Amino acid sequence: MAKSEVRGRKRKRQSFGNDEIITLENVSKAYATGAPALNGVDLRIRRGEFVFIVGDSGSGKSTMIKLLLRELIPTSGNINVMGYDLVHIRHRKIPKFRRNLGIVFQDFRLLKDRNVYENVAFAQRIIQASNKEIKRNVPSILATVGLAGKYKAKPRQLSGGEQQRVAIARALVNRPSILLADEPTGNLDPKNSWEIMKLLEQINENGTTVLVVTHNREIVNAMQKRVVTMKKGVIVSDEEKGGYIDED
Amino acid sequence: MRISTFFYTIRQGIINIFRNKWFSLASIATIGACLFLFGLFYAVISNFQNIVKTAQEGVSVTVFFDEGISQEKIEEIGALIDKRVEVSKKEFISADEAWEGFKEEYLGEYADGFTENPLANSASYEIYLNDVSLQPALVSYLEGVDGIRMVNRSEVTASTLTGVNALVAYISVGIIAILFAVSIFLISNTVTIGIAVRKEEITIMKYIGATDFFVRSPFVIEGMLIGVIGSLLPIGIIYVLYNKVIEYIMIKFHMLTKLLSFLPVEEVFRTLIPVSICMGVGIGFLGSITTVRKHLRV
Repeated sequence: MAKSEVRGRKRKRQSFGNDEIITLENVSKAYATGAPALNGVDLRIRRGEFVFIVGDSGSGKSTMIKLLLRELIPTSGNINVMGYDLVHIRHRKIPKFRRNLGIVFQDFRLLKDRNVYENVAFAQRIIQASNKEIKRNVPSILATVGLAGKYKAKPRQLSGGEQQRVAIARALVNRPSILLADEPTGNLDPKNSWEIMKLLEQINENGTTVLVVTHNREIVNAMQKRVVTMKKGVIVSDEEKGGYIDED
Repeated sequence: MRISTFFYTIRQGIINIFRNKWFSLASIATIGACLFLFGLFYAVISNFQNIVKTAQEGVSVTVFFDEGISQEKIEEIGALIDKRVEVSKKEFISADEAWEGFKEEYLGEYADGFTENPLANSASYEIYLNDVSLQPALVSYLEGVDGIRMVNRSEVTASTLTGVNALVAYISVGIIAILFAVSIFLISNTVTIGIAVRKEEITIMKYIGATDFFVRSPFVIEGMLIGVIGSLLPIGIIYVLYNKVIEYIMIKFHMLTKLLSFLPVEEVFRTLIPVSICMGVGIGFLGSITTVRKHLRV
């Protein structure tokens, strides 16, 4: 046990160098049935980058997000996120690791029985912030996402775009280093999709590394950010200021 | 843990109870029924033991001496009896006292015809025991002591009292054990449903970085609160019932008043209240912690 811990620390120093905040080295993930979801993936993301991960269904995007959240363990290869060796990390260290990640989902995943304020405060309570900190941080982050006036509203009283803003506020309130957004505009109309993307860009400009998994061709092409394209579990293209590559 | 987190956890535990209130009510009712029966048995057993103890105190062994025994020898036998651990107290009854007692009880004015004491050789020691089950050991010892002619005992009374006492205890333990198992099972079901209802919330908590303890503790608190509520209800009911039942027995069976010596309600509840609450909390804790460990691998 002690040996693997030492090995883990060595790897951490070796692979987590320079400005890299996420490193995947020859990562493969196979499930019990079917073809491997990821196959020898190498990816390096620097601190403060804005990266789109695009690809069709079954390309391995969701598996990659789950690996980065340490919801899954790779079958082989190494993953290092913010200095945490996710292959060898101890179970009890996972909560601490996840507190440095913000996550936004396509279906928002807000708590329907709680209002906007409580949904955002929920993330602070989980990290055991004091009431004083919660009272200071929650209104501030709600103002950042443009929902300061709606803190009493329940999720069902909000539009899709507003619900996604609440989800982003919840993801940001604990000041994570990385924001993972899994199809954040999947349930939104074009106008709201653009607003959410602009908000994510603003968050990135303030120093947070942002990874967006998306299918939205127009947005990817218009925003001129780094685009990693995946197909059948491998990265087929990785371009700075890239665009959405059509399957055909 | 911060104080605010502590209160947040307690609040979530209470909210859980109300979220699936029907299952919570069923669990409270089962624990309540379990602890009501426990309280009932406890009250009955404590009173029964009290009655048995009082009866045992009346059970004695009588020792008669050889004819023509000297007073010194009688005192020597008395000293030997005093050394025995089974003995709580002994009384010496001289031949004259024995005759006086007999006359008073059975002969009355007809005793005038006797000029001499017919019980001249009936001086005795009346020996009372600490525990009636120790009677055979004492009797066999006394039968071997030099100078003792006869040992009278009440073997049937002693063994019956001991036997009934044990039987009531065994039956009570059996019934309470079954009810415990049912209570734990029901609490486990309530918590399982609570986990299913809050699955989405638990997933989000995990993604945000909640510790296992933070995710699990509201469910354990829920179980323990159900246990506390489930224990307080029967305590209240038994408190009201206890005095009423004793009052009823004393009125209906007043001829048995000398035989039945009931404990005051305060004496029974001094033990029953803490034991019931601890058992309620224990059942709640066990039922919830096992379920949380099984269904919440966070």
